[in-house]
Amino acid sequence: MGNGMIRFFLVLLLFLSSAEYIFSLYEDQVGLMDWHQRYVGKVKHAVFHTQKTGRKRVAVSTEENVVALLDLRHGEIIWRHVLGANDAVDAVDIALGKYVITLSSEGSILRAWSLPDGQMVWGSFLQGSNLSKSLLSLPVNLKANKGNVILVFSKGCLHAVSSIDGEVLWEKDLSAESIEVQQIIRPLGSDMIYAVGFVGSSQFDAYQINAKNGELVKHKSADFPDGFYGDLLLVSSDILVSLDATRTSLVTIDFQKGEIIFKKTHVSDIVDESFGTAVLLPSELSGMFAVRFNTLLVFIKVTIEGKLEVVDKITNAAAVSDALSFSEGQQAFALVEHVDRKILLTMKLVHDWNSDLLKESIAMDLQRGMVQKVFINTYIRTDRSQGFRALIVMEDHSLLLLQQGEIVWSREEGLASVIDVTTSELPVEKKGILVVKVEQSLFEWLKGHVLKLKGTLMLAGPEDIAAIQGMRLKSSEKSKMTRDHNGFWKLLIVLTKAGKLYALHTGDGRVVWSLLLPSLRESGSCKRPTGLSVYQWQVPHHHAMDENPSVLVVGRCRPNWDAPVALSFVDTYTGKELKSMGLIHSCAQVIPLPFTDSTEQRLHLLIDAEKHAHLYPRTSEAIGILQHEFSNIYWYSVEADNGIIRGHVLTSNCIGMVDEYCFTSRELWSIVFPSESEKIIATATRKLNEVVHTQAKAIADQDVMYKYISKNLLFVATSAPKASGEFGMAQPEESCLVVYLIDTVTGRILHRMTHHGSQGPVHAVLSENWVVYHYFNLRAHRYEMSVMEIYDQSWVDNKDVWKLVVGKHNLTSPISLYSRPAVVTKSQSYFFTHSVKAIAVTSTAKGITSKQLLIGTIGDQVLALDKRYLDPRRSLDPTQAEKEEGIIPLTDSLPIIPQSYVTHALNVEGLRGIVTLPAKLESTTLVFAYGVDIFFTRIAPSRTYDSLTEDFSYALLLLTIVALIAAIFVTWIMSERKELQEKWT
Amino acid sequence: MEKGKGVMVGGRRWAVDFTDYSTSPSSRDIPDPPGFSRASQDQDDSTLSRQKKDAESNWKSQKAWEVAQAPFKNLLMMGFMMWMAGSTVHLFSIGITFSALLQPISALQGVGKVFEPYKDVKVDLLGPKLLFIALNLGGLALGVWKLNTLGLLPTHASDWVSSLPPAQEVEYSGGGIPIR
Repeated sequence: MGNGMIRFFLVLLLFLSSAEYIFSLYEDQVGLMDWHQRYVGKVKHAVFHTQKTGRKRVAVSTEENVVALLDLRHGEIIWRHVLGANDAVDAVDIALGKYVITLSSEGSILRAWSLPDGQMVWGSFLQGSNLSKSLLSLPVNLKANKGNVILVFSKGCLHAVSSIDGEVLWEKDLSAESIEVQQIIRPLGSDMIYAVGFVGSSQFDAYQINAKNGELVKHKSADFPDGFYGDLLLVSSDILVSLDATRTSLVTIDFQKGEIIFKKTHVSDIVDESFGTAVLLPSELSGMFAVRFNTLLVFIKVTIEGKLEVVDKITNAAAVSDALSFSEGQQAFALVEHVDRKILLTMKLVHDWNSDLLKESIAMDLQRGMVQKVFINTYIRTDRSQGFRALIVMEDHSLLLLQQGEIVWSREEGLASVIDVTTSELPVEKKGILVVKVEQSLFEWLKGHVLKLKGTLMLAGPEDIAAIQGMRLKSSEKSKMTRDHNGFWKLLIVLTKAGKLYALHTGDGRVVWSLLLPSLRESGSCKRPTGLSVYQWQVPHHHAMDENPSVLVVGRCRPNWDAPVALSFVDTYTGKELKSMGLIHSCAQVIPLPFTDSTEQRLHLLIDAEKHAHLYPRTSEAIGILQHEFSNIYWYSVEADNGIIRGHVLTSNCIGMVDEYCFTSRELWSIVFPSESEKIIATATRKLNEVVHTQAKAIADQDVMYKYISKNLLFVATSAPKASGEFGMAQPEESCLVVYLIDTVTGRILHRMTHHGSQGPVHAVLSENWVVYHYFNLRAHRYEMSVMEIYDQSWVDNKDVWKLVVGKHNLTSPISLYSRPAVVTKSQSYFFTHSVKAIAVTSTAKGITSKQLLIGTIGDQVLALDKRYLDPRRSLDPTQAEKEEGIIPLTDSLPIIPQSYVTHALNVEGLRGIVTLPAKLESTTLVFAYGVDIFFTRIAPSRTYDSLTEDFSYALLLLTIVALIAAIFVTWIMSERKELQEKWT
Repeated sequence: MEKGKGVMVGGRRWAVDFTDYSTSPSSRDIPDPPGFSRASQDQDDSTLSRQKKDAESNWKSQKAWEVAQAPFKNLLMMGFMMWMAGSTVHLFSIGITFSALLQPISALQGVGKVFEPYKDVKVDLLGPKLLFIALNLGGLALGVWKLNTLGLLPTHASDWVSSLPPAQEVEYSGGGIPIR
């Protein structure tokens, strides 16, 4: 793209041509600078659909509330539905071979999706009163007058639903009996259903219900004085297994005989040694069950007489699948073990333990962690023998299909649950590498350029055009692992819910490296680790160029906020963990400070639950830097639950601790919101790395306004507690939204404004001197967006041009917020059609380019809206000077221009966040949007004024140059001739 | 556009002088033709040439004044065109303004050359030159004024402060809602 010469020409070109202003793309530009990856999330349950003919498919439900159908051949998504944040899928199954049935929202919504295309066929709401386990069961051959019957137990109620149209055939309310139903059992071929479960902790109940009409046939109940622990597991059609309350004995329950018979077997009686507490594995293996004791997995068989026999003990087992019946009533299940760097997949027959149907060992990337789930399916090989394929879910949430000892395909489903994103530059290009590369592919390179030339001279045929398009889409430039001139290629460092760190190349979106952080893995001391956030730790430039950049990953061992924190430092070039610190102190906040040490490591303060500040990196140099600025470092905490914002200042080293990196802090100020009328619902601050070019804003008639640009500005929105929930909870009169601008150093409220009759949810973004927020106006029944700009009045006196010319002004001298600068705010509100999921603002390298708001709409798209539309100086009838300045006449609602969707035709399903990063080219911003899908593109809010666009006609430029040179020669010759002639006359 | 160049066109490169001012016949190889009296002609000739010279210098000084006044017409035309161009920045107005600036400057650079053909001992060129310079300076001023009305001159405070970096803050505060 652009270099200096071309840029000069471009300026000339722009100057000469007054081209119209466009944001949009042409059809053939899709995929040139954007990429989109579709995911489903961590698979909770999978049901195979592999008929003899047709495509082999698998229906999955995931933890991201997605129902999807995947192609088994390549693992692509055939269709997918994201069910929304409050609509978790409880169960999924396939009915009649053509419907995918899902039970979601704690068992209250049952839906059927057409299997081939994913259209919803029917949906029914299942009524019920109390919360309970939701169970879905599709008994074979249980026919009613309308097709097969689906049995659903949810909300304390048993429903029979027709699979044809979703009509509820009958329902039996069991909520009055206060039974916690654990299993719905239908013995093969009978018309009876058993609903079994516990009442309280020590009573077992079994209800026998007629499947045709839902009549209660029999109710049996028995007391088990030792109590139960955990779930019931169905071993065979009449025997259930559970654990007793102490988790040291196994209890078998025979419920189909006249009386309920309990049989208690102490674990130590059947397993020689004692291994601690037992956990029942939920895998359904007929006639058998698996119990886990820490690392040991014990398979126990239930004999016909009801006796328990240990079949095998396996030490490294990771996961066990359900039993799958295949030819001649045989049943098999899969067992996955970890051996060294490989996983061992064993298929075993349920009734014949000693023979293995299949034993395959597959090399597995260590960064995928342990196998967590395995689902199996059979197929007939070409030699008519039985083959098995296994779908496995790994610790990093990735999904893999194993077949014949190989990984057929894998999906990085971890990327569906991004927690936090940061970036890293790529390594600087080493000169030698490029030359070799060019020589190697010189011919290709030449061919490409000939094709391109043909294209620009309009000589290319249709197949040439296709080839050119293909070349443009996967040009080697895009996947280069070195820094480019424009700064478009970077590494996106992405932290996912599984505790895995991915580095994605912004050029084509591929995973450069991934790392399953050891500090965020489940271990003895760390039961439920969660990743919290990722920060740029070391960004080398200037003098520390030879060091690799690194990131800091903050995680916690338990979800409680006072749990100890685990820190990891990861090199972003190699993807290796440099060092990790675990279990030091708790962490409520991480504050990156605006200082770096001599190796360009950024200083961070970690605030723990006791409000002590811990300094990282732990070096004496860092302490020295901090001591130097000690009195100027403040921190604040927003306690949303109590409605208090507190400001603190660092005071001295921790008392009673021999830790020189620990500092105490003192409360300096606090803002208490009245709890009966205001509840904090949203806050926003400026991005730390935002660059502002200048404070002055020239307005019409050459006047200057000074923006109030402070890094310590906090936007807070509060709403009446009654109106902080769903819409319709509060009347317009009793709900009001109050917004504040607070200086977080002094605690001074710079501005306060009330929106009567409005309520949240509030989405806000703060940048430079303005904040834009989105909320709901109850009176107008519409969404609104407001802009608030804040200007500094203390600079206004600098009007003398001569003083400015000679530099006698105080505009660039450091200022203290204790000088209490006088501020003035302007604001304006507009209607906005969409409800909003996320809101962000573009950021550029120098902050000169005008800004665009990036709005994640409810339709999971990203809309770019010019900041000019949200300008409080807009008026109904702007003067000529204001028009020249670019002020748009005021309208009551913000326009939505279909061409300004940066996601064009794509959807970022389940959109949760938008991240913008500056490129090196001032005009360009890189945008990364994440949800279940991830999407990346680059946009130029004021067009690419500093480089040539894709569609720039080089041919025309070349032609012009050639014509000009020819003209110079011709005129030169002509003038020579004329001069000669003149001399003769 | 006329810039007094017409006078200079046809400036001589070389010349052969056929006029003969010598008085003594001995200096010549050829004798005077019969009936030709050199003495009688002499007197007549000198009065004639003096008259001619006076006429020439008169003509020269007249021409010099004309040339000196020529920019005035330009000035008027420039003013008209500037009025036509309006006060918004676009291609036409910028072109006009820059030509209005460049033309007087180039004219001022070539003051000596413009008046070279009228150089004469008897002709006082100071007056025309001063007028010429003054008119061209007027043109320049017009151009600058136009530049200012287009807003292209840094005469306002906004022109000087908009490139200043924002002031540094002494204090730093971080934090927010505790991470969960």
